[in-house]
Amino acid sequence: MDLDVRAGEMLAVAGPNGAGKTTLLRLLAGLMRPSAGEVRIRGQRPTRDDPGPRRAIGLLSHHTFLYDDLTPAENLHFTARLYGLTDPAGATRAALEEVGLTARADTPVRHLSRGLLQRAAIARALLHQPDILLLDEPFTGLDAPSADRFRALLAAQLARGRALVLVSHHLAEAWDLATHVAVLSGGRWALEGSRPSDLAAFHARYAELVHG
Amino acid sequence: MAEFLRIAFAIAAKDIRLELRSRTALLSAIVFSALVLVVFNFARDPTALAAVDLAPSVLWVTFAFGAVIALNRAFYVERENAALDGILLAPVPRSALYVGKLFANLAFVGVVEAVALPLFVLFFNVDLGHALPGVLGVTALATVGFVAVGTIFSAMVVRTRFAELMLPVLLLPFMVPPLVGAVQVTAKLLAGRPLSEMMGWLRLLTLYDIGFVTLCILVFPAVVDE
Repeated sequence: MDLDVRAGEMLAVAGPNGAGKTTLLRLLAGLMRPSAGEVRIRGQRPTRDDPGPRRAIGLLSHHTFLYDDLTPAENLHFTARLYGLTDPAGATRAALEEVGLTARADTPVRHLSRGLLQRAAIARALLHQPDILLLDEPFTGLDAPSADRFRALLAAQLARGRALVLVSHHLAEAWDLATHVAVLSGGRWALEGSRPSDLAAFHARYAELVHG
Repeated sequence: MAEFLRIAFAIAAKDIRLELRSRTALLSAIVFSALVLVVFNFARDPTALAAVDLAPSVLWVTFAFGAVIALNRAFYVERENAALDGILLAPVPRSALYVGKLFANLAFVGVVEAVALPLFVLFFNVDLGHALPGVLGVTALATVGFVAVGTIFSAMVVRTRFAELMLPVLLLPFMVPPLVGAVQVTAKLLAGRPLSEMMGWLRLLTLYDIGFVTLCILVFPAVVDE
């Protein structure tokens, strides 16, 4: 498959269970190596010896990547140090504020609700201001106000010229933000192109492609 | 190099903070080491074998068992919420992760040994006296070697189903050379033998450390990459 996402664009990827959506994001993030072909970030291939291109990637996964015994602030501070940010404390404060988690910054992660955990994970993904944001079912666990807030956050990322790739079973949640949509089935693109205006028509086409 | 060490220290500091919060692995390793010493103390027949003859072996078996328990936690903490992926996503050399884990593990095993050594002196009535600096030196030398190997095995087994069981099975054979060397040097130190008699074993321990630390740093990226 070929994938080309430009700055300020968002590709929303739908597909049935086992289609390879999460694998696609793990390949793009450099967490897996492709069995064939290659992934280039800004034309560069991340290698063990030159991990620089990974700096451009932010991944919001099914997993939060957070340590349960640390607080969100401690988790983010550690992440900031890994990314070599010049002001880890300042970056941590800003990221927590952006997702509305400042009040719970010092609560151990194991005591946070699912929605708050997701917000902490979002803060972790955005902490180093990545140019490319990979989102795996990002609305999971968010209540309606949090989902609205997150949509506004994604819109702000697009406005800042970031490239977004979102995979989800429910594209309706991010339909208005997407500039392109694709359907992944059996590890291949079944459909790819600009976002159509009619979501219902897309759902009908999706059902036809995936379920026959 | 400064950047590499900065990342390694950040990872080690995070691990130490996590362990100070939970204290599970460290306390388990310390209690287990104390139990090993108690069992050896009561199991030996004092009329058949003098304590000083058995002491070096007991000391190093205790250190080895305590270390295995402490090492089990090294990558286990990275399993929760796929935290290891979070580190692998970051623009850090994989080998810096290994070195950070090695630093943290050396600190944990060092604490276990620091608690076990006075208990060993107490139970076996060994007069360390003049031998103490030498014992501390050989402890540091041997510990670096088997913790280096244990750290990489801990990463290898963490994704297996029986990680806690697999680690000792893989690690104990690799612990034999440093343990034999350390037992020999400790026995000679306690017997007040001259340094020249220990040089061969000290060279072996040094070579083991240099060889395995270098090898593990080189191999580690392949261990954690999918």
